[in-house]
This record gives sequence, structure tokens and C-alpha cells, in this order.
Amino acid sequence: MDLGRRAKDSALAAFVALILAIPLVGFNTNQPGGNSVGTRWDWVAIAVAVVFVGRFAIGLLPPRRQGERPPVVSLFLTKHQHILGWIGLGIAIVWPFLPFASQYLLDLATAVLIYIMLGWGLNVVVGLAGLLNLGYAAFYAVGAYTLALTAAYWNFGFWEALPLAGLTAAIVGILLALPVLRLRGDYLAIVTLGFGEIIRIILINWQSFTYGPNGVNGLPRPTFFGLPLAARAPGGGKTFAQFFGIDFSPTQRFMFLYFVTLALALIVNIFIRKLRRLPVGRSWEALREDEIASRALGINPINVKLSSFAIGALLAGFAGAFFAARQTFVSPESFNFQESATVLAIVVLGGMGSQLGIAIAAIILVTLPEFGRDFAQYRMLLFGAAMVGIMIWRPRGLFSLRTPSIHLSDAKR
Amino acid sequence: MAYFLQQLINGLTLGAIYALIAIGYTMVYGIIGMINFAHGEIYMIGAFVSLITFFVLGAVGVTWVPLALVVVLLSAMFFTSAYGWTVERVAYRPLRGSFRLAPLISAIGMSIFLQNYVQLLQGAQVKSLPPVVTGGFRLMESGGFAVQLSYLQIIIVLVTVALMAGFSVMIAATPLGRAQRACEQDMTMAALLGVDVDRTISTTFLIGAALAAVAGMAVTLYYGVIDFFIGFLAGMKAFTAAVLGGIGSLPGAVLGGFLIGIIEAFWAGYFSSAYKDVAVFGVLVLVLIFRPSGLLGRPEIEKV
Amino acid sequence: MSALLQVDSLTMRFGGLLAIDQLSFAADEEKITAVIGPNGAGKTTVFNCLTGFYRPTAGSLALHRAGRELRLERMDGWRIARDAGIARTFQNIRLFAGMTVLENLIIAQHNKLMRASGWSVAGLLGLRRYRNAEAAAIERAAAWLERIGLIDRADQVAGTLPYGDQRRLEIARAMCTEPVLLCLDEPAAGLNPHESHELNRLLLSIRDKDRVAILLIEHDMNVVMGISDRVVVLDYGKKIADGTPAAVRSDPAVIKAYLGEPET
Repeated sequence: MDLGRRAKDSALAAFVALILAIPLVGFNTNQPGGNSVGTRWDWVAIAVAVVFVGRFAIGLLPPRRQGERPPVVSLFLTKHQHILGWIGLGIAIVWPFLPFASQYLLDLATAVLIYIMLGWGLNVVVGLAGLLNLGYAAFYAVGAYTLALTAAYWNFGFWEALPLAGLTAAIVGILLALPVLRLRGDYLAIVTLGFGEIIRIILINWQSFTYGPNGVNGLPRPTFFGLPLAARAPGGGKTFAQFFGIDFSPTQRFMFLYFVTLALALIVNIFIRKLRRLPVGRSWEALREDEIASRALGINPINVKLSSFAIGALLAGFAGAFFAARQTFVSPESFNFQESATVLAIVVLGGMGSQLGIAIAAIILVTLPEFGRDFAQYRMLLFGAAMVGIMIWRPRGLFSLRTPSIHLSDAKR
Repeated sequence: MAYFLQQLINGLTLGAIYALIAIGYTMVYGIIGMINFAHGEIYMIGAFVSLITFFVLGAVGVTWVPLALVVVLLSAMFFTSAYGWTVERVAYRPLRGSFRLAPLISAIGMSIFLQNYVQLLQGAQVKSLPPVVTGGFRLMESGGFAVQLSYLQIIIVLVTVALMAGFSVMIAATPLGRAQRACEQDMTMAALLGVDVDRTISTTFLIGAALAAVAGMAVTLYYGVIDFFIGFLAGMKAFTAAVLGGIGSLPGAVLGGFLIGIIEAFWAGYFSSAYKDVAVFGVLVLVLIFRPSGLLGRPEIEKV
Repeated sequence: MSALLQVDSLTMRFGGLLAIDQLSFAADEEKITAVIGPNGAGKTTVFNCLTGFYRPTAGSLALHRAGRELRLERMDGWRIARDAGIARTFQNIRLFAGMTVLENLIIAQHNKLMRASGWSVAGLLGLRRYRNAEAAAIERAAAWLERIGLIDRADQVAGTLPYGDQRRLEIARAMCTEPVLLCLDEPAAGLNPHESHELNRLLLSIRDKDRVAILLIEHDMNVVMGISDRVVVLDYGKKIADGTPAAVRSDPAVIKAYLGEPET
């Protein structure tokens, strides 16, 4: 495309940008006292200029080709995924012992691990089975609230509640999947979106059961075989520090939660990798590739969808319990569409179906907002734009490619 | 009896707003077979543009109500259509022919982007507009309860019905309508016969956005308060309306819209206001399970 | 030879369109039956009814297997594939394009492997029972890959194969479900004469070696006349001829349907 044409094209784009910018950028209703508008014509000018330059520059990129060779980064990551996985694990293990590891960083790392688990869990539904679930936060909420309510009503500790959290989430997952089993992609997506909202509305309004919008606090943290990691044990028992004859420091608590979360994340990783190589995992991918062909091979699509929803929900339930324990507090507002969208963004950016890619994406998306208040504000805006951009330029995600689940050389008895 | 009538009136007005948004969903689904997740946000933008135009008119001293209404209507329709057009060009057109989930995810991304775009530019607080169209009729009184029918309610419902009639005529009689129906049936064939598919699709989005803008203006006038989040819920309910009426059918979208409005008003009026959204959503699930083609739609046959 | 599949007065109506009109024919065990006819005659619709993608408006589809009679018109598509043992290929190839050649063949053996994995529990625990079943599945797949000449590309992504190879792979995948009836929708479409000849050999060996009946929609007359035991001719949804290839070829009704009435 010669420069003249490109300039004209960019001018057109800039003109459209001008029209779009006039009402919402040019005028500002965010005024003290409310009923008036201010103007921001300088912002409009900047927006128009950015669009012009941006469009011009994009024209410089080679056109998007179908079936192009996969990007270097993805190839590299896929080829070396085992080594990278071990390196990642190594870093994860020594992380708390590094000199700069403060409570804040430990807590952040725990949050990253929880989101990695959520990403892997949603990956089972979206990435492997190809079912667009937009209400994943609902299962996350069920897990978290199971911990909260069993603790509030029956004094359950963390370890007692954890399996229950997974189980209830899985059951809810199956219940929610039942109505959507015959639905096509778009309808499935919007129904799951609705379910996410319904769960949130119920959590807010069923106050007699869920404590409503105020949430539940004082949630139990995981104990070391019954020894609490606190300064004082309830009921006069021994604490972890007392048992081991060391001084208590809150850092121990952060470290312990971190390692417990890391352990679960490892189990989840191995579990999913194994499932993928089993018939059930392959049936998920077959459903995603071509549901009609799957049916023609005798595969019952209902079972495939149910199993993927159930496993995805199970994992979210576990992650939810950890989330609740980390904050020792839950409220319905933590489980809104923004949460579901964040996990979806992690899966989409990381590469649907790829464990390593999702882990990397989770690390990036969770830690980046920590680098500045400003960035945190733009977080969702960038997620949205990134999702559109990824679908257009890198539909397989930023980071990884698919590896086969079985090889000819696997035929060993 | 009076209470019932009031809920009915309120429900019809609310339903008209949903109907206007639902038409956009159904037209886009009919022509490119996908749900435009960002459509709710287009409606929200319509509401914001209306609000801003009202403020600007107030600031420059235009106070004659009918003139203000016309200017705001045109302004909202113009700018919102531009947004609708741009969304299609940026987020959907490049993905035609891509794998199944791609346009869906892109639509979600667009929806999130637009919500936050407005939130960042206009602030997260609720915006309010002093009442513009006031007054109405007092229809009857019974048991101390007076049934009110405001001018605004009448205007909203009439405008919706008029627009729907107008569009039905357009779809049936004009070349654009014919092109749209051709593309709905078989896009490749339509293209081979000389229909400009790109332009037909763009026009569909423009029209859908313009109607959503009218809905946005209606909601701004009717409720007097808007925020960046109204698109999310309204979008889901309007989509439910489109499905209830039969996705792909214009009269279906309008019928569905009115029905959903009435269901919501009655549920909130007689049972529980907190769970009204759950009720509407329940309708969606029931329809999709028991009668996925909706009230006026034709059953879709799987092409193998 | 008894009738494996008995189609009786099959009728399929789409709104106002009568796609199939009272069609009756039989496909015998271990025989190749071809269904031919001009475009739009309803051939793929018959397949879709047989394999559960459409519910017939009227009529019956009976499959006789192990002394039992299964009525296909009441069964879900996936059940027909699993319980009746009817496998099919599609007019537009429907491979799992993003997965490898081998994976395509392994998925075909899903139900068997799923049982062996104890609904995944035995599989997760790595029990011998599952590992053996998986190895057997790979061996079965490998045997088919040898037969169709794709053994060297077992780990290659299926979507990258050349067209002819993809068609053969789709057939091999259908065979890996261990069916009693194989339904092929235009398997020779887009193949050059050499490939058609190879296809004939493959189909004949499926009939003779694997003892599987084949029901075949086809336009390529070399394939149809070359290997069919019986030919059923459809036109506008109705059967107009049914017999051996030689008989059908000289049937005046068939000639008229394909070539039109000679001008007098």
C-alpha cells in the first residue's frame, strides 16, 4: 500500500475517531456538583492524532496471513516446556527464602498461584473443551463460601472444608451445566454469564444464609497438622511455633499458606496433564474441534460437557477455598463478572489449552497492576482490548502451541 | 386492580426499551449468526450521549423541550451508530471465517473495553438528569392507589411501535431489506449475486446501534439516572427478549421485549424486587431448554 | 446374505419440502451398496437420517445385529454410532484438524478406552488394565495407518495432510470404531484416477478382510460400478432403480434422470 493511500486510510480512521471522541472524550460529566459538563478538546485532539499515527503504523506491519508459521516465542516455549516447567517450579520453591521476599511478596505470590489454578481450571472448560463459560466466578464463589459457611455454622477448619469446597463446587457445576448441555456456543456463553450473576445476586440477597453483602470474616487458615500458625492457639493448645520451639513470626504464616497453595497447584497441574492424556481429556478436545464428528464416532456430547464443567468447577472450588483462607474474609462483591473476565483473559492470553502459557499469563496479569495505581485503573480496559487483539493477531494465545496427547511410541505395555 | 394496571403500564414502558435493544441483537444474529455481546454497551453509550447532549443544550440555553428532544435524539443516534459501526469493523469483521470462539471472545473483550472506556472517561459515579418530560394522566383510583400514565411513557411506547413498523416495512420492501434477507439466508450466494455483503452488515450494525441509542435516550429520560454499568444487565435482558421472541425475527424481538418488561415489572411488583433479574434470567433458561426457537422463530436445522 | 440394514418407507420433510419420499431399500451384510442420483436427490439426507442427525418424518430404519433389531429412527446420533455400530464419513471432511493423525484414530476408540480407564480412575492411577488397553488401541491405529500408508505421519497434525490422505484418514478413523456398517459420503470426491483406484482397493479390502458392509454415496461411476454389489438410484427423493450395477446402468429410468429425455 503506497504512502498516499495509507495516509488517506489513516485520515479516514482519524475522522471516525473524531466522531467517536466528541461526545465521550470531548465532554466530561465528571464534575463536582453533578449537573454540568466540562470540555476536554485537547484530549480529543490527542485521541485523533494517536489513531492517525497508529493506523498509519499498523499499515507498516505485514498483513495477517492465514496459517502463518507460529511465532518464535510460542515455538520456543513449547519446545522447552519441560525445562521451563522445572525452572519455574524451582523458582517457586525458593521464592520465600530469597532475601527480598517480604510478606507482601509472599502474599502476592500466593495470589498468583491461586489465579494460575483458576486459569488451569477454566482452561479445562474453555481451552480444552471449547465451551465458553463466562460465569466461572460462580464456582469460585461456591468454594469460597463453602469454607466460610462451614466455618461459621459448624466450626469447620480449613482442611475439613477444603474437600467439601471442591465437592460442592463440582455439584453446582454439574447442576449449572444441565440446562446448557444442548446449547450452541453463543447461547452457552450468555447462560453461563447469567449464572454468574445469579449466584452473586443470591449471595447478596439470601442474607439469612449467606450473611449478605457484608460477607463473612474470621475464616480459618490452614493449620500444620492441627497446629495453627498464629501467636496464640484457640482453646489453649499449642501453636506451630511453640511446638517447634521457635519464635512466632507472621512471616511463617504467609510462607506456610504459600507452600500449601503451591502444593495444590502442583497437584492440579499433574491432574490436568494426566486427564488430557486419558480418553476423557481427548474427548474434550474432540468436542472443541468438531462436535458433529465426535457424535459420529459414538461419543456422547452430554457426558463430555458435564465432565468438563464438573472438573473445571471442582478446581475453581479448591481455588476458592484458598482465596477465602488467604483473605480470611469473603463477600459477594469479590465474585463479579470482572473476576470471570480476568480469568478468561488469562486463558485467552496464555493460549487456550496450554498450561505453561496460562501460568505465564497469570503471573503477568496479576502482578502488573501492582506496579502502579494508574495501571490498576486501566487494567480491565487493557484486558478488553487485549482479548480483541489476541483474537485478531494471535488466536492461539501469546505463549504456547498444542502438544499431542499421545504418540506412536507410547505403545508400551 | 389499580396496582395491576400500574405494573402493566410500567412493564410496557420498560418492555419498549428492551424491545429497542432486542431488535439490534436479533438483526445482527440473523445476518452473521453471532451474539453481539457489546450491544448492551452500545445502549449504555447511547444513554451517556443523550445525557451529555442534554447538559450541553442546557448550557447553551436551549430550553424548549420538543426541540431539545429532537436534537438529543439525532445526536444520540448519530454518535451511537458511529460506535456500533466501529465495533463491527474493529472487532468482528477481521474475524469472519475464524474459529468458532474467536468472535465471541472478541465481543466479550469489546464489551469489557467499552464499559471501562466510559467509566474512565466519565467517572464511575451515577449521573443524573433533572426531569425533562413531565406530566401525565391520572387514569383511575382504587383503594387509595392512583394509576398514573405519564406522557413520557406514552411517547416511549409509541415511538417503539412506530420504529418497529417502519423497520418491518423497510426489511420487506427496500433493497437494503432485501439484501439483508439475502445475506441471512446465504451470504456466499448473496455476494455472488452482487450484494455488497460488507456494507449490508455494516448497515445492520448501524441500525441496531441507532435503535439502542433511542433506548438509551428513553432510559435517561425515564429513570433520570444512568451509570456505566447499565448496559450489562439491560443487555442480558434484551437478549433474553430476543430469544423469547425468536432470534432472527424482528416482530419477535419486539414481542419478547414487551413480555420481558411485563414479567420483570410484575415480578418486582408482586414478589420480590431483589430477585427480578433472576426471574428474567429464568425465562431465558426455560426458553432455551423447552423452545429454543422462541415464540415467533423458525426451528434451526443443523447442517451436516 | 441377510439384510443388515432395512430402510422402509423412509420419508423426510423439511417444512414444505419433501426431501425423501417413501424410500425403501436394503443393504446386505458384507456387501457394498451404492446410493447414487443427481444432485439434490436426497442422498446425504438419507445418510443424515441413518446416522441420527435428522429425525425422519416417517418410516423405519432397522439395523439387524446379533439377532436383535435396532430402530435407528428413535436413537440419538451418538448412540447409533456406539450401539448400532454405524460409522460414517462426511461430504466435507470432518477430521479433528488441530489434532494429530494418531489422535484422530485413538479418539475413535473412545468408548472402549473410557471403560478400560474406569471412567478415568484406573487411568489416573496408571493401572495396568488401562495401559494395556491404550497400547492395544495404538496398535489398532498403527495397523490402519499401515494400511492407508500414513504410518510415517502418525504424529503429524491432521489438518496439514494433503486432501487425498485426509479422506483416507477419515475412513480409517471410522473403521477404528469397529462398525458393522460403514457409511461413506462421496469418498472419491476430489480424488484423481490413481487415488480413486486406491480407494477402490481399500473399500474392497474393508468388505472382504474386515467383513464390514459399506453404504456409499458417490458420483464417480468408476468407483460405483467398479466395486458395488448393489446400486440404489434416487431422484427427487424417490427410488427409481435398485439392482446390480449392470442392471441399473441400462435402466431407462436412470438414464432419463441423469441425461434427460432424448429429444424427439
